[in-house]
Order: sequence, then C-alpha cells, then structure tokens
Amino acid sequence: MVFDKEVDATGLNCPLPILRCKKGLSEIEATQVLKVTSTDPGSVKDFNAFCVQTGHELLQLDTDDTIFTFYIKKRSS
Amino acid sequence: MAKKLALIASKGSLDWAYPPFILASTAAALDYEVQIFFTFYGLTLLKKDLADLKVSPLGNPAMPMPVPMPNFVQMLPGMESMATLMMKQKIAGKGVASIEDLRTACLESGVKLIACQMTVDLFDFKPADFIAGIEYGGAATFFEFAGESDVNLFI
Repeated sequence: MVFDKEVDATGLNCPLPILRCKKGLSEIEATQVLKVTSTDPGSVKDFNAFCVQTGHELLQLDTDDTIFTFYIKKRSS
Repeated sequence: MAKKLALIASKGSLDWAYPPFILASTAAALDYEVQIFFTFYGLTLLKKDLADLKVSPLGNPAMPMPVPMPNFVQMLPGMESMATLMMKQKIAGKGVASIEDLRTACLESGVKLIACQMTVDLFDFKPADFIAGIEYGGAATFFEFAGESDVNLFI
C-alpha cells in the first residue's frame, strides 16, 4: 500500500504507539496516508478505537506474526 | 465541540504516577480537552525532578515480587529503593514510557496541569520546585472545568 509517512512504534507499549501515531498524523496533510508499525498486541484494538473516535480512516491492518502494520488515512478536516 | 476529561491526581508514587499521565496524553491524542488537578501527594508529579518517585511493596500485597516477601522483610532499609530499581528496569525493558516522557507528551498536546494551591501552601512547596507552564487553583477552579466535562476521574 502507498503511504506518505512512516512511524516506527515497535518495541513501545501503551499509550506510546497511539501518541506516536497522533504525532505522525499531525505532520502529514489531510487525506494523506500514515503507516505505523507496532509490536504491542493491545495496539490492534487501540488503533481501531483511535480511528473510530477521531474520524481518521484505518485503511488496512497487516499482521505478521508479532508485527502489526496500520495504514491510516488522515481525515479531511 | 471537543469532549473534555477532568482528572484529579492525588497519589505521588512511581506506579500511581502512570494512570493520570497515560489517560491524559491518550485523551489529548483523541482530541479531548484535558485538565489534571494535582492535589496532596499528586503534587510530586509536577516537580522538575521526577527521579525521586518510588514504589513501595509495603502495604501492597498485590505487588508482584520475584520471591514471597513478608512485611517484616519489606520494611528493612533499602527494600523500597530495591523495589523501585526493579520496577524501573521492568518499565525500560518492556518499552513502557517514562513518567517524564508522558508528562512531556501531555504538555506538548495542550493538557492543562493545575496545582492545588492549598496543598502547595500546606507542604511549603515553592513555585520554583515545579515545572514551568502549570497553573494554580482551588476546588472551585477544578469544578469550573469538571462541571462541563464528559469524563471525571479521581486517581
């Protein structure tokens, strides 16, 4: 999947992956895509909850054994 | 309109420093407007130097210990420092944020930190003891924000 910026949150625990994701989103333009990688199993539910509450769109979640990769499209406004 | 979270942070040990800063920084990331009111021992969390935060196994039977440890052993000199050191090693080893990092995240995302003026006076704290960018207020100040908040928690 094509993305505009990448954030590495591997090895970090709650709430750091969400905080890094938020920071990453603030550094891209509306409708651009942020890729976030995480190893925290709790981040799967948390990223869903984050997107539901903030209006950013979780385009895709890839699970590769222990690494979770999220593609998040920044909301338009 | 943004949702609002109002927290009271009343505890000043290393373990209990986490919930207010985790919740506040996360809520801010979720676009909440957040205020934390620091009172009594919670004021410790506003000090410039957080290196003194400690955790004590004494009086906390739920704290996981490598070996069973009766209270009369836990009260020996140095046990609190040892428990704190072990906790800090665990925190770093598991990729858990430090309290300094979470507090910085709160400040950077616009979380308002309010020191309880009465407790500051009670404990003879000086504004110079605390980090910059905090405010001072009393119970009425807390309610001005808490009264219109969506979530209110006492920690």
